Amino acid sequence: MNPPLIEITNLSAGINGKQILKGINLTVRPGEVHAIMGPNGSGKSTLGYVLAGRKGYDVTGGSVTYDGKDLIELSPEDRAREGLFLAFQYPVEIPGVNNTYFLRAAYNEQRKHRKQEEVDAVDFLAIVRQKMKLLELPEAMLKRAVNEGFSGGEKKRNEIFQMAVLDPKLAILDETDSGLDIDALRIVAEGVNKLKRPDNATIVITHYQRLLNYIVPDFVHVLFDGRLIKSGGKELALELEEKGYDWLIGKNGK
Amino acid sequence: MSESTNTIEEFVASDYKYGFVTNIESDTVPPGLSEDTIRFISAKKSEPTWLTEWRLKAFRHWLTMEEPKWPNVHYTQPDYQAISYYSAPKQKKTLNSLDEVDPELRKTFDKLGISLNEQKRLSGVAVDAVVDSVSVATTFKTELAKQGIIFSSFSEAVAHHPELVQKYLGSVVPHTDNFYAALNSAVFTDGSFCYIPKGVRCPMELSTYFRIEAANTGQFERTLIVADEGAYVSYLEGCTAPMRDENQLHAAVVELIAMESAQIKYSTVQNWYPGDKDGKGGIYNFVTKRGLCKGANSKISWTQVETGSAITWKYPSCILLGDNSQGEFYSVAVTNNCQQADTGTKMIHIGKNTRSTIISKGISAGRGQNSYRGQVKVMKGAANARNFSQCDSLLLGDKCGAHTFPYIDVQNPTAQVEHEASTSKIGEDQIFYLNQRGIETQDAVNMIVNGFCKEVFRELPMEFAVEAQKLLGVSLDGSVG
Repeated sequence: MNPPLIEITNLSAGINGKQILKGINLTVRPGEVHAIMGPNGSGKSTLGYVLAGRKGYDVTGGSVTYDGKDLIELSPEDRAREGLFLAFQYPVEIPGVNNTYFLRAAYNEQRKHRKQEEVDAVDFLAIVRQKMKLLELPEAMLKRAVNEGFSGGEKKRNEIFQMAVLDPKLAILDETDSGLDIDALRIVAEGVNKLKRPDNATIVITHYQRLLNYIVPDFVHVLFDGRLIKSGGKELALELEEKGYDWLIGKNGK
Repeated sequence: MSESTNTIEEFVASDYKYGFVTNIESDTVPPGLSEDTIRFISAKKSEPTWLTEWRLKAFRHWLTMEEPKWPNVHYTQPDYQAISYYSAPKQKKTLNSLDEVDPELRKTFDKLGISLNEQKRLSGVAVDAVVDSVSVATTFKTELAKQGIIFSSFSEAVAHHPELVQKYLGSVVPHTDNFYAALNSAVFTDGSFCYIPKGVRCPMELSTYFRIEAANTGQFERTLIVADEGAYVSYLEGCTAPMRDENQLHAAVVELIAMESAQIKYSTVQNWYPGDKDGKGGIYNFVTKRGLCKGANSKISWTQVETGSAITWKYPSCILLGDNSQGEFYSVAVTNNCQQADTGTKMIHIGKNTRSTIISKGISAGRGQNSYRGQVKVMKGAANARNFSQCDSLLLGDKCGAHTFPYIDVQNPTAQVEHEASTSKIGEDQIFYLNQRGIETQDAVNMIVNGFCKEVFRELPMEFAVEAQKLLGVSLDGSVG
């Protein structure tokens, strides 16, 4: 078996002293797709933010080993440079900053971190065009400002585009399906599938089973009240779809 | 031409008759301002009588004026009698190598990406003859002369083209205009003069950089640019390298005149010493800049990037006299630490179908205070005048301030005036988003700020725009805790 890419052990975390994650255990190995499902308020997005290192989210217990390193010790930007990517539920607009310019800055930060030479604008455009073709994205997206005036679907596609260019080891997709119609959902999911390789891994955070018809997980975990209360194969997602969360919560619930 | 030259010589000779007592051999006058000081300056510069008289008239008027109190800035008023109003261009101390340059200054040079040769030039290190800018400047001047373009120091223009100077000097900013303009008119020492003849499109960006003889124009600079019918010129002022100066008060005057169908584009990057973190030191930059769109279909465009100075008081304006004339003002003003800026523009619509655009971006960090002050005035005869104003403020931190003072005065019912304003803060979510893509916080702030200023930067000539972006980063260095 491959050594784990990320190993989360008994992780507790919260915001402003309020405990949200109450002991998460999760191991993800290269080549795997894990889905984390759960009702609203169970701590799904918090898990994404804690792993990405968002300010204000304090780890109160447990540990996270990522690619052999203590993840919690790393700054948010170093986590990103080490190949951890968070696709945001609500991608942020950066008015006036050109998408390509932004992405090249991010790309070069990663290269500098790896002691590789920075890529100039011309070479970068070639890399980017190739990824756009792979994901069937319109080139116009390159000329626009980061997420400025994008529709919900465009923003999500832009996240997947960034993911394609930055080529992360571990991608965390936070509710990537929310706000997408069925066509947009298909395009985004196909993009994720095309980027899947034996040496990278994906954590898909979602509320609905629907996305998992397109991105087929190896493992499904149910997050409730800050804990993973059930894990299983892809069939668990279908069971949840059919029965809702109540049957699980009933057993474990408050 | 020869007649006026004679006249100058006569006047130079006659200057002595005024009987001032200051020793003409000395290079510096003692502090203080009187008619004698002005006569001394005028004589030192061998100026014609009309100019001496013009200076004296300005001085007498200045005595009746008071320093403006309305700007939203606080400072100790300079003691105008404690300033020395003339010192001959000092021979800059020549250094042997860059190692002798203040390391702080070198660090800033490096951050700005200024080439080694350029660093040497700016800090007064002796430069290899091959790369000396003198030769560059000479080639440059020959090229311009072929097209009949006059581009020289103000003093040279007074000597060689007195008729042009006399015709236009003070025609846009009269000596009575305001306290600082009156003072400048009385005591200005040098500056730039530029004349573009009819139908000529100036083939290159004119930059004071090439006019090396004016490297030491001092604190009272005077600039006059005339674009004759159908002419075009793009003029760059300033430099992104940090400018230190022992004079605290700077009161420059810039006058632009655009004849029928002429266009003037004036770009400024101002990076005077802003004072230290606690607001000690720093330049007072009290500038009067105004353009006159004299002929029909003329256009004047101001673009400024103001990052320096402890206090900035500056309103580059356009008088839209000619029918269908256009005025533009694009501004980025940054105040960090204890800097204060009160800056904006005036658009005075007089001719028919005149149009103006105002885009102002104010950035406040530290304890900086940034005020936009702008006037849009549509006179009775300005049928179908149009104005669009947009004033955006960006705050970094919670100890700084942004203020907007728009004045709108419309006297013609067919006019359309639009004003948009916004104030925003850099969001924690924006910073985190960029962090998550591998960009550290200070770089993230610079990126967001540059995006905020994009509409202004794209008006700058390409090279200047790149430098301005870097400069913004340096100016905001340490603005994120």
